[in-house]
Amino acid sequence: MRSLADSSGLSKESLNESAELMPGTAFAVFTSILLVCCALCLFRIARGPTAPDRTVGIDILGTVVVGFCALLTLSTGKDYIMNVALVWALISFIGTLALAKHLEGQHDND
Amino acid sequence: MTTIDYIGLVIIALGIMFDLLGCIGMVRLPDVYNRLQAGTKCVTLGVCLILIGTVVMADATPTRLKAILCMVFILITSPTAAHALARAARHSGIELWDKSVVDQFEKEGE
Repeated sequence: MRSLADSSGLSKESLNESAELMPGTAFAVFTSILLVCCALCLFRIARGPTAPDRTVGIDILGTVVVGFCALLTLSTGKDYIMNVALVWALISFIGTLALAKHLEGQHDND
Repeated sequence: MTTIDYIGLVIIALGIMFDLLGCIGMVRLPDVYNRLQAGTKCVTLGVCLILIGTVVMADATPTRLKAILCMVFILITSPTAAHALARAARHSGIELWDKSVVDQFEKEGE
């Protein structure tokens, strides 16, 4: 019991600390809406009838994650998460181009 | 929180609304080209608005610079990836939706 109370007090304290630039309520609302966006992208990736549909889902998911990283930067006040966003955008672009080249080359071969 | 923080929160909320609408369009539209259009344009604008809100709300200059760099990068790469993807889909023989009215690629592709 005591450990439970301690842990809850600790988490509340750390939550107050982390809400530095953005209030915790706004961060919770924004994060849940972006999670819904990610779920819709995953639905398209799982369900897409053709291969380009799935690739569209992967591309959009990569772009949404960049916005996620920006929100995390504001919420935690840590600077390095912005570097993650930059590299994520770059890698997502290269990945989409590679998938597009693969799809294009599939037809040329046969 | 000062006034400028509230302005940043409003910009971020607007961007997240664009993200959500783009992802809903990506699930609901009938065709890979329509899905690409809804997803790419709405989600790019939404993530750019989130990054502008980061620039407004952040308290350190490196974070602002990284957010601006990330925004420029997304604005350059996202249309490029979408163009490559649509071209690859057309080359690999994905048909247009049967109610699409114009297909210019058919004329100049041969």
